[in-house]
Amino acid sequence: MSAALDTLAVEEAVLDVVVEAGDGFVGTVPAGGSFRIVDLNGNQAADTLFFDAHDLSNRYSAMDTIREQGAVYLTTGSKLLSSNLDLLATITGDTCGRHDTVGGACAQESNVIRYGRHTRHQHACRETFVKYAASIGMSARGIPHNINFFMNVPLTSDGGLTFADGVSAPGKYVEVRAERDIVVLISNCPQLNNPCNGWNPTPIRLLGWWQ
Amino acid sequence: MSPLLTHDVPSGAAYSVLVRAGRVVRLTALDDGANCSTLLFAAHDRVDRLNVPDTLKAQMSARICAPMVLMSDRGLGLASVTGSSLDWHDAISGHSLDAHAERFGASSYGSDRNEWRRSARHGLLSELRKHGLGPLDLHACVNFFSKVATSDSDAGTLTWVGGHASAGDWVTLRAEVDLLVVLSTAPHPLEPSWRSGAVGVEIETGSPYGRDDPSMTFRDESARALLAAKEVFV
Repeated sequence: MSAALDTLAVEEAVLDVVVEAGDGFVGTVPAGGSFRIVDLNGNQAADTLFFDAHDLSNRYSAMDTIREQGAVYLTTGSKLLSSNLDLLATITGDTCGRHDTVGGACAQESNVIRYGRHTRHQHACRETFVKYAASIGMSARGIPHNINFFMNVPLTSDGGLTFADGVSAPGKYVEVRAERDIVVLISNCPQLNNPCNGWNPTPIRLLGWWQ
Repeated sequence: MSPLLTHDVPSGAAYSVLVRAGRVVRLTALDDGANCSTLLFAAHDRVDRLNVPDTLKAQMSARICAPMVLMSDRGLGLASVTGSSLDWHDAISGHSLDAHAERFGASSYGSDRNEWRRSARHGLLSELRKHGLGPLDLHACVNFFSKVATSDSDAGTLTWVGGHASAGDWVTLRAEVDLLVVLSTAPHPLEPSWRSGAVGVEIETGSPYGRDDPSMTFRDESARALLAAKEVFV
């Protein structure tokens, strides 16, 4: 089943869930299925990982994906590769424009480094990742560097990196086609200390189409 | 003062070494075009490993250079880059896999003996398995001595910068906690030829440092990572 965007009717989706800010999701998308993440209110980072559903050690690899596509940002056409260079999913639709995969996920400990000790007990993406990963038998050891859908982290030719705002907006979405049976693991980012969620984390909607 | 340990890793090989906190790991390119794909683990808890995304975003950098602090998953400064003859070490394009080595033709021990072309993945996994680790413990590496630049375009196109390192180029890493260092000298995966080089590894005694240390004063984030490393065992 190919995933031409305008042919996918929301009412025909077999998956349709809203993930609140700071919550997560884990689920399987069969090969050929289309999976869409909608940024309902805009500027909401959706920290996302993909795994080979039949071998969870064959998992999304940010650096292999960046190198093999020869570009830092993800957008329509980006082939999301595993650590074994297997194709997990392809981005088939993107009304946002580009997405980060260098910046990783927030953690309570990295918040302390970035913002100070007072943030140690704020909720963070890696809390969500390990919780939902545990439900499929995966520990922290199995969690690699992720994609930040809807997040804008420009790298510069002189070696700089910044966190910027303003690429996404209410209703923008990104869609991938599963190129094999995949597990999707998402943390809907609760970060309050930088503009990645517009200073106000909000829900995302997940839609899926498959036989 | 002579190093505590000196070990030259030949081109295309892999190595691992346990390093005490406070000591300095000096890597030296022994040939032009050397590459050193390097993984770091906290020796006391090897689930806590180098986290390149955290390292880059906390220090607002797309490359590794002095005096950055290399940070772990759980917010420790694992090592400080105390100096380098190069101002750019790649950390965003991963290590070579067997598919990269196979571009240069078939190679095996049977046909080529110890000159056979082994990918960084082959070597890193070989070393990881000696320590009871494996594929789940692979993470984004630092490719010391290699440079991959990004364009300022919307796509952020990568450019392989050939000839970045020359024989004699060096980098020093101060271990901030006891470390397991795992490295491969296989060519960078974007290197268009199977050209690589040997890398010298020296472990030196370090010196105590204070609040005026360049890695402490670099950024508040760097200082906080170093302070966290001091609090590993309270």
